[in-house]
Amino acid sequence: MPEGLLERGQPLLELRGVEKHFGPVRALSGIDLTITAGEVTALAGDNGAGKSVTIKTISGIHGPDAGQIYWRGKPVQINSPKDSAALGIATVYQDLALCDNLDIVQNMFLGREKTRLRTLDEGPMETAARRTLADLQVTTVRSIRQPVSSLSGGQRQSVAVARAVLWNSQLMILDEPTAALGVAQTTMVLRLVRRLAEQGYGVMLVSHNLNDVFEVADRIAVLRLGHMVSQGPVSNYDRQSVVELMTTGTVSDPSRFKAPAQPGSQEN
Amino acid sequence: MPQEPSPGHVRAAGEVGAVAAMDADAASDLALTTTPEVVAATLGDVLKAWWSRVRSGESGILPVLGGLIIIIVIFQVSNSLFLSAGNIVNLLIQAVVYAMFAMGEVFVLLLGEIDLSVVYVAGIGAGLTAALVAPPFNLTWWLAILAGIAGTTAIGVIQGTLITRLGLPSFIVTLGGFIGWEGVMLWMFDHLQVATGGVIEISNNILTDLANVNGTLTPTASWVAMVVVVLLYGGLNVWRDRSHKSRGLVAPPAGLTALKIGAVAVAGVVLVLICNVNRGSHGGHVVGVPWAVPIVLVVLAGSTFVLGRTRFGRYIYAIGGNAEAARRAGINLTLMRTAAFGITGLMAGVGGIMYLSQLGSISTNIDPTYVLYAVAAAVIGGTSLFGGRGKPIHAVLGALVIAAIANGLGLLGMNAAATYMVTALVLVAAITVDSVARRGSSTKGAARR
Repeated sequence: MPEGLLERGQPLLELRGVEKHFGPVRALSGIDLTITAGEVTALAGDNGAGKSVTIKTISGIHGPDAGQIYWRGKPVQINSPKDSAALGIATVYQDLALCDNLDIVQNMFLGREKTRLRTLDEGPMETAARRTLADLQVTTVRSIRQPVSSLSGGQRQSVAVARAVLWNSQLMILDEPTAALGVAQTTMVLRLVRRLAEQGYGVMLVSHNLNDVFEVADRIAVLRLGHMVSQGPVSNYDRQSVVELMTTGTVSDPSRFKAPAQPGSQEN
Repeated sequence: MPQEPSPGHVRAAGEVGAVAAMDADAASDLALTTTPEVVAATLGDVLKAWWSRVRSGESGILPVLGGLIIIIVIFQVSNSLFLSAGNIVNLLIQAVVYAMFAMGEVFVLLLGEIDLSVVYVAGIGAGLTAALVAPPFNLTWWLAILAGIAGTTAIGVIQGTLITRLGLPSFIVTLGGFIGWEGVMLWMFDHLQVATGGVIEISNNILTDLANVNGTLTPTASWVAMVVVVLLYGGLNVWRDRSHKSRGLVAPPAGLTALKIGAVAVAGVVLVLICNVNRGSHGGHVVGVPWAVPIVLVVLAGSTFVLGRTRFGRYIYAIGGNAEAARRAGINLTLMRTAAFGITGLMAGVGGIMYLSQLGSISTNIDPTYVLYAVAAAVIGGTSLFGGRGKPIHAVLGALVIAAIANGLGLLGMNAAATYMVTALVLVAAITVDSVARRGSSTKGAARR
């Protein structure tokens, strides 16, 4: 397990009563959310539920208006993307932010190149990049010296994730990582997501594709209209209950559902 | 991070067992490094790999080399004087100014920007240098050159600052520069005492030798310089490949490296042989490689190093490829872009000095089409106007193509009309090849444009 990661199941990031307003619009009202190390937490919700605002709050693009964020149990302030990155939170947005004309190694080290005598020191960069990809079992790329433009969507996603791993992130926030991918590519990315969790990283998977959610998630958190309507281990839910929570905020048949549905409730 | 997978590191069944091989044993870790370019052992493999790169829009220098050879053959067949020693040296000298301007353009073209002002910026730099070596300043030649280049670099930085800080389009700012710096140049030449009728002549021998058919190394020095250059090039390449291979890093096949070094060595020997033939007319004796050749090579090596081996260069490519990704990676876009315009200004200054040296004077009648040829040279060589792709060597080869067309048509007694038309056709053909090749590759790339 990479150094410095928490034990599996330990709370890595906690949001307590986080609020975010845009003028009169309450985008987030009193969100409680726990993301654990070594597990995949899926953040589900319909369009406009507040998934994006939640990501942006965690990654420092919007500071929260109220509430507290805890990182590894300690209260922290996240007011800029730099704060978030310094803690070890990496957000992989849908656009991936890769340079097509650069190769995999160059992309993974972009902005943090190693130099020797003011000259790029390619050796250590290539070795580290290769080791990271190998640890993540990203084995489908032909060469780590091929330009990113020649990679498939899933491979590009893998490179973006590997970059976050390389940069010592402990929490990966993946924003709709499979939205633009075909079946095979989706499988590849989901496998990568599982592997990240198995290696001890915390993963927050933002998706409204319930197939993906049930395939990889250990925990599910459901947002609806800015409220956290339910969260808990994935075994507490089935597809039907998640859909109902996403759309109505409650479950019609309580026998199908083992977790309390009150906002902010915690199973542990 | 530990080398070995931890117990918690679960390996999915059915996946290629490449991970174990990956860690220590570099020789067998084929899963990540197997690519035509990397494992190509034979020339056929290399060619195949090259073709796949062409298809993905990375055609490299081979198309422009091919084009250059076709042009040379056509002109040689039409007029046997084309490949005479005297004319080849002429051609090289004619290409120098284009090459310098074009190498400067590469820096901004890589960003997806353009600099249309280089000609008059160069004129100002050359004017400064010419005025400073003359009375009343009587500056040493190299100080005067430094001053001229410092001036043009400053102009580049000013334009770059306007473009990046105010977010103005570079096309318009440098178009303004094209107009405005000509005005400044006219004003300058009006107020300089050494300028008579808008012309400053130079009498400094060193300055006139920089880019002139008659300013040469001795034949012996030419050989020595050539051997040094080839040894340096070959030594660096071999050393880098060896050290990469020994550390298990990706390295090109030894055959390809040998081929490249061999090509450079042959080109060097042929060049020196040609240049050491007496090309003096009317019983004169002129031999040796012109100083302009090593000067261009030094500038080429310098800019190749900056773009390929420094963080600054890497960031230039990154910004040209995806500016938003570069910004999120923490790269200071404003600083990098401004610096690139500064370098274009610097290279304009170097080109201006070469121009001054060639003519022995600088006048306000400097030919404005140079700037268009500079951009054309970079593009013909394979630099993309959309940013992110291109190398300094492209600029030099493109400059040779443009000089060869003008030179060859001149030998055939064609006038300027023909030269312009043929150059235009070559330019359009060059970007057509480039565009078609890329359209055939990825729809993603095409959509981005």
